[in-house]
Amino acid sequence: MGLSTRHLLQLEGAPREDLNLILDTAESFREILDRPIKKVPPLRGKTVLNLFYEPSTRTRISFELAEKRLSADTISFSAATSSVKKGETLKDTVRNIEAMRIDMVVVRHSSAGVPYYLTQCLEANIVNAGDGAHEHPTQGLLDIFTIRRKYKKIDGLRVLLVGDIRHSRVARSNIWGLKTLGASVAVCGPTTLLPYEVERFGVDVYTNIDEAMEGVDVVNILRIQLERQQAGLFPSQREYTNLFGITAERLTRLNPNYTIMHPGPMNRGVEITNEVADGPASVILEQVTNGQAVRMAVLFLLSGADKRETDLTKTE
Amino acid sequence: MEFDLLIIGGHLIDPGFGFSKRADLGIAGGKIARVFEEGQLNKEEIKKYLGDRVIDAAGAIVATGFVDLHVHFREPGREDKETIMTGSRAAAAGGFTSVCCMPNTQPAIDNQETVKFVTSLAEKGDCRVYCIGAITKNRAGQELSEIGDLVKAGVVAISDDGDYVQNPEVMRRALEYARMFDIPVISHAEDVFLAAKGLMNESFQSAKLGMTGRPAVAEEIAIIRDIKLAGLTGGRLHIAHVSTAGGVEAIRRGKAEGVKVTAEATPHHFTLTDDLIGERFDTNLRVNPPLRTETDRQAVIAGLVDGTIDCIATDHAPHTDEEKDVEFDQAPPGMIGLETCLGLAVTELVDKGYLTLLDVIRKLSANPAAIVGLPSHGLGVGESADLVIFDPEAEWTVRREDFYSKSKNSPFVGRQLKGKVLATIMNGRVTHRTRT
Repeated sequence: MGLSTRHLLQLEGAPREDLNLILDTAESFREILDRPIKKVPPLRGKTVLNLFYEPSTRTRISFELAEKRLSADTISFSAATSSVKKGETLKDTVRNIEAMRIDMVVVRHSSAGVPYYLTQCLEANIVNAGDGAHEHPTQGLLDIFTIRRKYKKIDGLRVLLVGDIRHSRVARSNIWGLKTLGASVAVCGPTTLLPYEVERFGVDVYTNIDEAMEGVDVVNILRIQLERQQAGLFPSQREYTNLFGITAERLTRLNPNYTIMHPGPMNRGVEITNEVADGPASVILEQVTNGQAVRMAVLFLLSGADKRETDLTKTE
Repeated sequence: MEFDLLIIGGHLIDPGFGFSKRADLGIAGGKIARVFEEGQLNKEEIKKYLGDRVIDAAGAIVATGFVDLHVHFREPGREDKETIMTGSRAAAAGGFTSVCCMPNTQPAIDNQETVKFVTSLAEKGDCRVYCIGAITKNRAGQELSEIGDLVKAGVVAISDDGDYVQNPEVMRRALEYARMFDIPVISHAEDVFLAAKGLMNESFQSAKLGMTGRPAVAEEIAIIRDIKLAGLTGGRLHIAHVSTAGGVEAIRRGKAEGVKVTAEATPHHFTLTDDLIGERFDTNLRVNPPLRTETDRQAVIAGLVDGTIDCIATDHAPHTDEEKDVEFDQAPPGMIGLETCLGLAVTELVDKGYLTLLDVIRKLSANPAAIVGLPSHGLGVGESADLVIFDPEAEWTVRREDFYSKSKNSPFVGRQLKGKVLATIMNGRVTHRTRT
């Protein structure tokens, strides 16, 4: 049994079976990451293009490493050095690169819908690595994977997302994925940073952080961007920190055995204090490690490589 | 009497006098020379008119040619998208005999010379082409254009379409000044700051897609302000492409208060909703004002039904494939509309029981003509022969290769429609005949 799709574009509408298959597959890859030799052969001979039209450190390195560890050939492209600057369209750029025989494309772009657009331009499998404020499905999956590893379940957990929900693709992917798997999801942030009709996502909505933390198992703290303050969406960073910053004192309302997450990059002292970020409940670095396993699983499953024929117990 | 053209077997619907009957028409010298009651025209007489000189309209409707208050023919400046010739050909294919061109050309239609240029190009075109002049110089929203000069050159209305006149003082003066010439000021009512760089309607759909939204209130506030200014000045205001429930309600109230306000709605706003965007990110669905929610769509239809919205206009906005085959946020807003207008009106409004055929014909001919003061061509003897012949029952599929417009940016490609134009006659000349 494989995935129901040959592309990973979004978690909205993704079937529960697909999510579970990716998470289960990621467990096998996660184990490989703890071995001395972290490389397996299933994508040998496949070529993966990492197409990054927006700056990214973590996601890009994570995808590249995931590809290399699956023995794929990888090529990376960033908008800063591309023909985009010469006026070439996205379609021409990707078609030219595909003409060099690319099997899979991992894409990040500031415009929502670009991964879908690429499925119409190319034959390759497309993986969305973040499109505008729409979705970032592998981040959603790695967050869910991290939660599942700790609690051995998703169903019945209470997860709170804090911060700029409106502009966050991470928030959207988390909400859809978590809800499909049975978690109860709450969001908290300034009203100007909540999406229009946010209740219709099927989440509980808070603007008071202390109330929002009540009875929560997992707090996922989103990065607050300085440019949102410049756009007039909140008055000052100081006020944001006072109202929504996650401090050790604020953790007391959480359920025992709570977890602190952050997709990064963190603004320490703004949305999260050092004490919280580096505290015992923080799994922020574990998220990063898990990200590789999840991305390996996604690439592996989308490539159509047969798990039975691929002996994952053997490394290269 | 010798006629240039005979139209036989059709069912006449005249939106002016409101009559509806089986009759034949004899056209001569660009005018309707005779109306034959059923049976008056004998077969021997008809046999004298061979080939192109007779149109068999059996089973079809013969009505006054359609008038579109809102098209973008792109000439001068963007002839790669559309020209007066290709645009007027598309208009004829859609059953239109008169169109009004918006002034957002390059250069803008804010002076006599550009009006004369467009008008002279249109002489050989397949429909009558009228110009809408810019309200302000270079459509910059600052200083009034030489509106008197523009009227002298033939403009029938003024508008800064594409942009709202954000400064209320400028809009007030425009309404006041235009009153002298008895022309309407057409408002593209969307508050610039609230709509900002929004890509689509602000709704749960934009929230899901993470796209910047254009809130409905951007339109509602803009309409309410302009209605207040029209009330203050006594000027004639026409609201372009109403798309929101609140906008429709504001116009309804304005009319009740006696303000001289009229309004138009587009086929895409009474047919499509914003939830389609996330399905395929079709850049042809990017349009300003944006596609709204089902509630808004229903309100627009209700406005058409109760007369709050006087007419249907297409906002025919051609863009090239090169411009549209890009990321959603990079595509320019707008879609073509002339050739799908009747089909959408019949399918969405008549077939679903909201409007009668006579209502639709009125909203596509007599009503828009009255708003900009064009002669309302009826079907009586002596009237100019501006006619459309269409089959309200004919079903057809919109195909990209069938468009006469130079641009093909229609989200309706592939859609099954009912109601098809068979022929269009402008000033006695057959400007379109559907290949059968």
